[in-house]
Amino acid sequence: MSTPKITIYTPESQVRHPGKMLRAMFKDLALSQDLAWRLAVRDISAQYRQTFLGLAWAFIMPVATTLTWIFLSGSGIISVGATALPYPVYVFTGTMLWSIFMDSLNAPLAMTNASRSMLAKVNFPREALIVAGIYKVLFNGGIKVGLLILALLVVGIYPSWSLLLFPLGLLSLILVGTAIGLFLTPVGTLYTDVGNVIGFAMQFLMYITPVVFPMPKEGWVEILFRLNPMTPLILTTRDWLTGYTPEYWISFILFNVFFLFFLLAVWMIYRVSMPIIIERMSS
Amino acid sequence: MNKTPGTTFDERGEADVLVRVENVSKKFCRSLKKSLWYGVKDIGAELLGKNDHQNESSFLRADEFWALQDINFELKRGECLGLIGQNGAGKSTLLKILNGLLKPDTGRIAMRGRVGALIELGTGFNPILSGRENIYINGSVLGFSKQEIDRKLDAIIDFAEIGDFIDMPVKNYSSGMRVRLGFAVAAQMEPDVLLIDEVLAVGDIGFVLKCFNRMDSLLGNAAIILVSHNMPQVARMCTNLTLMEHGRTIYNSYDIASGLNLYYSKFKAEIGNFTSDGRAFLQEVEISSNGKTSQKDKIFQVEYQNELLIRLTIQLNEPVRDPDLRIYFYDKEQRVFAEASNLHTDFNAALHLQQVSGLLILLAKMPKINFSQGTYSITVALSGKINGQKQVLFRYQSAAYFQVNGTRHGWSPVQFEPTWQRF
Repeated sequence: MSTPKITIYTPESQVRHPGKMLRAMFKDLALSQDLAWRLAVRDISAQYRQTFLGLAWAFIMPVATTLTWIFLSGSGIISVGATALPYPVYVFTGTMLWSIFMDSLNAPLAMTNASRSMLAKVNFPREALIVAGIYKVLFNGGIKVGLLILALLVVGIYPSWSLLLFPLGLLSLILVGTAIGLFLTPVGTLYTDVGNVIGFAMQFLMYITPVVFPMPKEGWVEILFRLNPMTPLILTTRDWLTGYTPEYWISFILFNVFFLFFLLAVWMIYRVSMPIIIERMSS
Repeated sequence: MNKTPGTTFDERGEADVLVRVENVSKKFCRSLKKSLWYGVKDIGAELLGKNDHQNESSFLRADEFWALQDINFELKRGECLGLIGQNGAGKSTLLKILNGLLKPDTGRIAMRGRVGALIELGTGFNPILSGRENIYINGSVLGFSKQEIDRKLDAIIDFAEIGDFIDMPVKNYSSGMRVRLGFAVAAQMEPDVLLIDEVLAVGDIGFVLKCFNRMDSLLGNAAIILVSHNMPQVARMCTNLTLMEHGRTIYNSYDIASGLNLYYSKFKAEIGNFTSDGRAFLQEVEISSNGKTSQKDKIFQVEYQNELLIRLTIQLNEPVRDPDLRIYFYDKEQRVFAEASNLHTDFNAALHLQQVSGLLILLAKMPKINFSQGTYSITVALSGKINGQKQVLFRYQSAAYFQVNGTRHGWSPVQFEPTWQRF
């Protein structure tokens, strides 16, 4: 018989042995693949089995937002500066990409909250919830991107070779969304206040990101836009999609590297806080 | 003490010990607001690596209490530990810590081999999806790979006795079918350490027996920890017993029968409600056996197969004809299972009870109390004819308690000991 697995539980904090903790984290990540896939398939098939409009729900919201902004700018209620792309295309690509980001930001907290009873009763690799959330975002995101490319072709914008880089942009949107969402999850599961704040904080973040407004050319607003990590992400991803040359690729790379480490850090926080959270959600 | 905390099993050469729990404590908070705030603080402390048992975690903060305190035990392969105690004793908390869901505040737990937990059946089931899809989900939650489930799928469907329902949404299942499906998946686990929390309390008897058989076959290769309120189940399965009270272990031994006796004696004698219209009262109930008499606020102890005497003092304010006195016996789950009355005996005639009034003292004597080990209560009811009309005069629910001690522990309260003949 091979050496049996020994499980030890002590009150000692895992962060005291970071090396051991990291090994355990990646081991659990590998172990969670099967379960994550199952959970994602479960949620997606259940979601679409109980709707009439089905897949359409993946893009109804961004389409509605786009129409609102086309109306606002077209009617002159709000004057939006000039964009290199036709404005409807600019808004539509922006809101679609933003909605993918928002989906990934909401996923960790939503998955953790939806799995409360499972978390309180079964010891499974908790990473499965995060990964399942990412799978769901990828599925819905895939539908959105398909629609987006279709729409671009219809209006006569043909993507160039840079479309090959577009998935990279998409992944960074999901990376940043997941990292921020996961960061808010531990406290968010304890206090519902967090969920409420996310709603309007993200609304504000969207207005200081070139999603529906073009990049400002001057003043403190421009600095604000530049400091916002979402600016290079949205701009670069949109440029890759529509065949323009990205301007902000340096900050795009820097922010991605930063968020990669940030994700690792918040993943550790998530793991460490899980028993404390479960103690307070026990049913 | 020759136990060195922090060593692994093999260092001590105790190859068959699968679970070792040492000085485990856990604190909980009574107030939700404070508990959430402590939660945020604890997360912070954990991240700074501050948390260790020398300092703050061994003190209680405001509104905190010890949900578990200084729990110690060992379990070997082939042993089944029954974890019993009243609600809130800390059994489920201990099970959650063993399962790695909660972190202990002090102490250490070491387990060897695969740990499986049956705390809830059918975890992760989605009611909209079919039984087959849910088998895969539940199986993954329990740690099976897709290939493993593929291989075991037929066995699971077979075990669950679901038949054609397997491709129907689980929301159309009866609760029994859902439980069967959940257990069928869980039964495929082959753990070294199995944690069970009262999941077998449901389902029809045929299926329950099937579950027991499965657990028996697991027991040979595993160490089982079973949390249950069902004492016959504990008596049948367990090799050791731990009785918990207010988060502490108050009994831990291989002697199951004494542990169960202690458990039963912990039940407070809650005297129930008395209903009467004022024409008759039950003044006193006294239980005795072999010269011992019951005392107030204590559960009377009687040995199995000894005599049991119930003395009733009744005050009748009006003359009653043909009094009909009943003593009902209830078990711990408040199920009535036996009854004694003055009808169908020559009692009324011999004692001139046809018409009575004033103080009436009666003694019912049962020569052999053939009840299974456990706590029982009696309810006394009196009816009779007043002015030619039959009426209920009083009913005293749970008028007195008694506990039967012994080693006889069956599934039902009444135990016959017939003489057998073989042909």
